[in-house]
Amino acid sequence: MIPELGHIALILALGVAVLQAALPLYGLRRGDARAIAAGRSAAMTQFALVLFAYICLSLAFAYSDFSVVYVAANSHSDLPLMYRLSAVWGAHEGSLLLWVLMLSGWTLAVSLFNRNLPANITALVLAILGIVSVGFLLFMLGTSNPFDRHFPIPTEGRDLNPLLQDPGLIIHPPMLYMGYVGFSVAFAFAISALLSGRLDTAWARWTRPWTTAAWMFLTLGITLGSWWAYHELGWGGWWFWDPVENASFMPWLVGTALIHSLAVTEKRGLLKSWTVLLAILAFALSLLGTFLVRSGVLVSVHAFATDPARGVFILIFLSLVIGSALTLYAWRAAALSSKGELDFLSREGLLLFNNVFLVTAAAAVLLGTLYPLAIEALNLGKLSVGPPYFNSVFVPLTAPLLVFVGLAASVPWKRGKLRETLRAIRVPAVAALVAGTALPYLMHDSWSWAAVAGAVLALWAMVTAWQEVARRIRSRASVPRAIWGMSLAHFGLGVFVLGITQVSNFGAERDVRLAPGGTSALGAFEFQLAEVNQYRGPNFDADVGTVVVRKNGQTITTLHPEKRLYRAQQNVMTEAAVDHTLLRDIYVALGEPFDNGDWGLRLYYRPMMRLVWLGGVLAFLGGLLAISDRRYRLAQAAERSREAAATAVA
Amino acid sequence: MTRRQWRMAGVAVLALGIAAAAALTLTAFRKNLMAFYTPTDLVASTMPAGSKLRLGGMVEVGSVKRGDGLKVEFVVADCVNKVPVRFEGLLPDLFREGQGIVATGEIGADRAFVANEVLAKHDENYMPPQVADSMKTPQGHSCAPFKSVTQAPS
Repeated sequence: MIPELGHIALILALGVAVLQAALPLYGLRRGDARAIAAGRSAAMTQFALVLFAYICLSLAFAYSDFSVVYVAANSHSDLPLMYRLSAVWGAHEGSLLLWVLMLSGWTLAVSLFNRNLPANITALVLAILGIVSVGFLLFMLGTSNPFDRHFPIPTEGRDLNPLLQDPGLIIHPPMLYMGYVGFSVAFAFAISALLSGRLDTAWARWTRPWTTAAWMFLTLGITLGSWWAYHELGWGGWWFWDPVENASFMPWLVGTALIHSLAVTEKRGLLKSWTVLLAILAFALSLLGTFLVRSGVLVSVHAFATDPARGVFILIFLSLVIGSALTLYAWRAAALSSKGELDFLSREGLLLFNNVFLVTAAAAVLLGTLYPLAIEALNLGKLSVGPPYFNSVFVPLTAPLLVFVGLAASVPWKRGKLRETLRAIRVPAVAALVAGTALPYLMHDSWSWAAVAGAVLALWAMVTAWQEVARRIRSRASVPRAIWGMSLAHFGLGVFVLGITQVSNFGAERDVRLAPGGTSALGAFEFQLAEVNQYRGPNFDADVGTVVVRKNGQTITTLHPEKRLYRAQQNVMTEAAVDHTLLRDIYVALGEPFDNGDWGLRLYYRPMMRLVWLGGVLAFLGGLLAISDRRYRLAQAAERSREAAATAVA
Repeated sequence: MTRRQWRMAGVAVLALGIAAAAALTLTAFRKNLMAFYTPTDLVASTMPAGSKLRLGGMVEVGSVKRGDGLKVEFVVADCVNKVPVRFEGLLPDLFREGQGIVATGEIGADRAFVANEVLAKHDENYMPPQVADSMKTPQGHSCAPFKSVTQAPS
């Protein structure tokens, strides 16, 4: 019964989405205010219906209703409740439902928070979001209905993929989807700007908080994904350039470029059509990400779905949405010409450089991700592009970005003066150089060009991040939250780069074979495999090792890595054990048992590993601070009061 | 410098930067393209020892031999040919005899495959499509579903 209610709710939601797409457009054409306002109530109704469907599916999981195909394929009665509820988005159909839930949630948020917007802009935005929603609901109901039943009813489910049974995976996909789907709002604003021809400072100010919100969720989602891979995949890596990771990274890169070009559009009225193009591309790459991950075209841990009908639908949907958006862009963008001069030694000039590098980086990732697929689709052979490609492209592309981020913070809008700039960056530059050169010695008593260059750039970004705050405090001006947020996010970038530099230059790893009681050394650390025991978990059996880690004869920590056999699918999984401080991780994973009782072990020393994720979290918090700035919430009120203040001064 | 000269310098730097980025990207791209071979492709190929490639196929049942430490040898086969593989390290969780794997490495001096990475990311119900293709049954199905990779653009 409950699954049927969910199914009906989805069908109703499709109907409401069609209304949400059609009524505001009709109203705009006919000048019918009631039809225009209907978009808002449609958005509300649609959200309620999709939320209801989502709760129905969650209930089916909670009560282990194995008559539902999707539940039977992804749950098990021994699975803990927490994982049963997160199994809702453990595979294709449920992820789509989550996607649509987020889309209707974002739509609702737009209709609630943007009450001050001109009615025609709101109407256009809601209609465009409605069109996207229609596409996804059709897709779900047509090819991947999560409420499908089957008969005979199995007595037991096939269990959730053990890889996904991890706390990191409970929040990773929702955060990622919040980001992906969030770019649909920026997209809708971009299209409404093209349609209405209104693209000014006010438009940029409406669009900015939505873009920043999507970006910060995507940042957190990617960070969580990396953290999850590190703990759960048992390879001790934090980024693999896996096509699915790339699928989330490309919209992030373009979204980051978009945030910066929006700043230029708001402050200086420049780069207008470029900003619109970036908004379209960010959403296009989000859709492409869905297509790549969910159509099964990728040979990847994440590609669980393998149904060509779905792929064809997404491909058609993708080309319709993106094709028509780009056609509209080609037709209308010429009207968005920017007036004004752009000086390279100015903040907007440096932000332009930032955009060029970010978009180039995204293009490089796109090439490496899609080329092997294209070659295979054309039947020209099977190729793969390895991580060395991405690494060798990324390092030279991101190093200048770090230089620019510090410069841009030290240069004013419009036009900077070389001498003043040099004076402003003198202190941070010297500090970064000295500390960055000293750091490898202090931490590891060793030196390499790469380690020093990375540390100098990272510290440069960390120090210069606070330039704007310092300048405002010195001149006794107030520091709005948007500035605090920006500074925190840039500081996070520096922290992240420092972590990467340390891990990649001073990390050490070793695969060893140890008999119980045997020891092995890695750098200054000594690892002893004390014993291996068995225990029985709720839905798995495990071997658990006891590994004592010593340094200079002192026991630092005792780790318990596990090897689990999940009973339902007979899958073997590695649960790594990690001891971490801010300065280093010690990571042990159990490999395979040998016939004579020996075990293979994977030992890692990862200096400053935590900083990689800390940087991501700081960037997320920075975004959160920025969107909480009251000038966005009260954009129009603030505008009025500013005008009043200006008149008062005059 | 005048503003105009500044701007020209900026444009020049931007153009140079993009050109350098494109050159770097394409060079790195060509260097890191790795072709996927089946055992049949590998046996037929005349590539010199030391060539890097990915080899995909089934681990032959009964072929896994452990050596000292983490050394291991096994045989990867499709339905026509087989290739001995040497590897030193930890095998992935899903590595089992009779399972599909993809190994990255190079051709050794004795024409055996020396792997530096072995991947078996998938559960027993799902294997990499390339491997699945190469494993089609002898009855009526092609055993060489790949266009030979030597025809791939170099």
